[in-house]
Amino acid sequence: MQKYSVFSLIKNALKGHKDWEVAWKDPTPKEEYDVIIIGGGGHGLATAYYLAKEHKITNVAIIEKGWIGGGNVGRNTTIIRSNYMHDENGLFSEFGMNLWRNMSQELNFNVMFSPRGIINLAHSDAQMNVFSRRGNSMRLNGIDAVLLQREDVKKLIPMADFSENVRFPIFGGLMQPSAGTARHDAVAWGYARQADSMGVDIIQNCEVKGFDISNGKILGIRTSKGNIKAKKIGLCVAGSTNILAEKLNITLPIETHLLQACVSEPIKPILNNVVTFGAGHFYCSQSDKGEMVMGGDLDGYNSYSQRGNLPTLQHVLTEGIAMFPFLSKLKMLRTWGGIMDMSMDGSPIIDKTHIKGLYLNCGWCYGGFKATPASGWTFAHTIAQDRPHELNAGYSLNRFSTGHLLDEKGLGTKTWIS
Amino acid sequence: MLHIKCPHCGLRSQNEFSYGGDATVKRPELNKEVSDQDWDNFVYLRKSPRGKHLELWQHISGCRQWIKVERDTLTHEIFKTLKANEEV
Repeated sequence: MQKYSVFSLIKNALKGHKDWEVAWKDPTPKEEYDVIIIGGGGHGLATAYYLAKEHKITNVAIIEKGWIGGGNVGRNTTIIRSNYMHDENGLFSEFGMNLWRNMSQELNFNVMFSPRGIINLAHSDAQMNVFSRRGNSMRLNGIDAVLLQREDVKKLIPMADFSENVRFPIFGGLMQPSAGTARHDAVAWGYARQADSMGVDIIQNCEVKGFDISNGKILGIRTSKGNIKAKKIGLCVAGSTNILAEKLNITLPIETHLLQACVSEPIKPILNNVVTFGAGHFYCSQSDKGEMVMGGDLDGYNSYSQRGNLPTLQHVLTEGIAMFPFLSKLKMLRTWGGIMDMSMDGSPIIDKTHIKGLYLNCGWCYGGFKATPASGWTFAHTIAQDRPHELNAGYSLNRFSTGHLLDEKGLGTKTWIS
Repeated sequence: MLHIKCPHCGLRSQNEFSYGGDATVKRPELNKEVSDQDWDNFVYLRKSPRGKHLELWQHISGCRQWIKVERDTLTHEIFKTLKANEEV
């Protein structure tokens, strides 16, 4: 594989960029694979990469209905963090943070990881108490957390509304300085290129129509490009999980909901951190191109439409303007939507299933992007070893029936208000 | 913007309603032995179909009644609305 560097860039620039190798091939499916990963998003690509790299399993195919990076990995707001209270979520995410820090070097692809810090704003004394508890839990798990007072926040984000008589005054906040953002497309492309170079077949525009199962064991899949046999199959299809689950005759603790995001016109640098509003659901960062990248609530009812509805956008941006009044002066450049696999406790599932050889990776709600490397790493382990790693042992499918929920927000089963 | 026809008030905009989730989920009968599996099915497991979905909404800024709505989760077309105690 061609190595990307400043020298290869100069060399190819001088030759008019005619000699670049393709980043990944476009193979026809083989008759049989050791492992098939369904879903060529971030998690699927990362899983294939770690199967090849960590477990030396290279007879692997990724089956993608659309094109790689066209789903949620290209639709998110690029935030990376590990500011969780529960041990399972905190340790899993912090393991992922270490993978993020070395990702550009490891993949030889600049994912533009930018640890610019995330600030969760607090708007009451009670919220400050909750944040100090969460911050302490994080620090016990080795995750950096800083409790900010009003004056500290004012130094970091002076453009926020610190005026008198606002409905939700800023009392302070909880900051994870090591959190940040990355260029989401590069993550998908970087994993795809490396997986391809190790022998993984990336098969795009190939829809899974059904599964071949016999005596409780998976044998293969039926696709729009023919039948493909496999010893093991992993599902990594986010918002489409329930569609495939129906074909498998499985019912899951998951509902599919729509989440919107939007960007403003580009402006000069104003915001260094990722900031979240504490009296509602709104988050904001500034991209390297200068756009304000914003998101918030789900549209609020089951949806597979991949495009949003204006009342929710209005609601979310009203919160944004309450936090950063200057946003009201900006023009909106783009809005879009993605479909989320909302689990009943807000935490993901990475586990085996009752069908031998079938593995499940879903329930990421809208925290999937940051989890890409850790999810791929642990899912690859679960598939290769036929048992979960200790990092994803808490993300079991049966935790709902046994009562071992991981409900970080304590919202219960109303997925649409998560 | 969805437009939902409340069976009590007529056609109103989505802003007046609050969502209540899958209306096909049935609580296990009271005062009877309930298996763990049945309880699990009721509390956590959802079909979440792509296509026709029968769901509960509350006309919270109107008559405050709970209603049933049959809606397509892909196109958002609303096929019919019913009173909460009516079956499709």
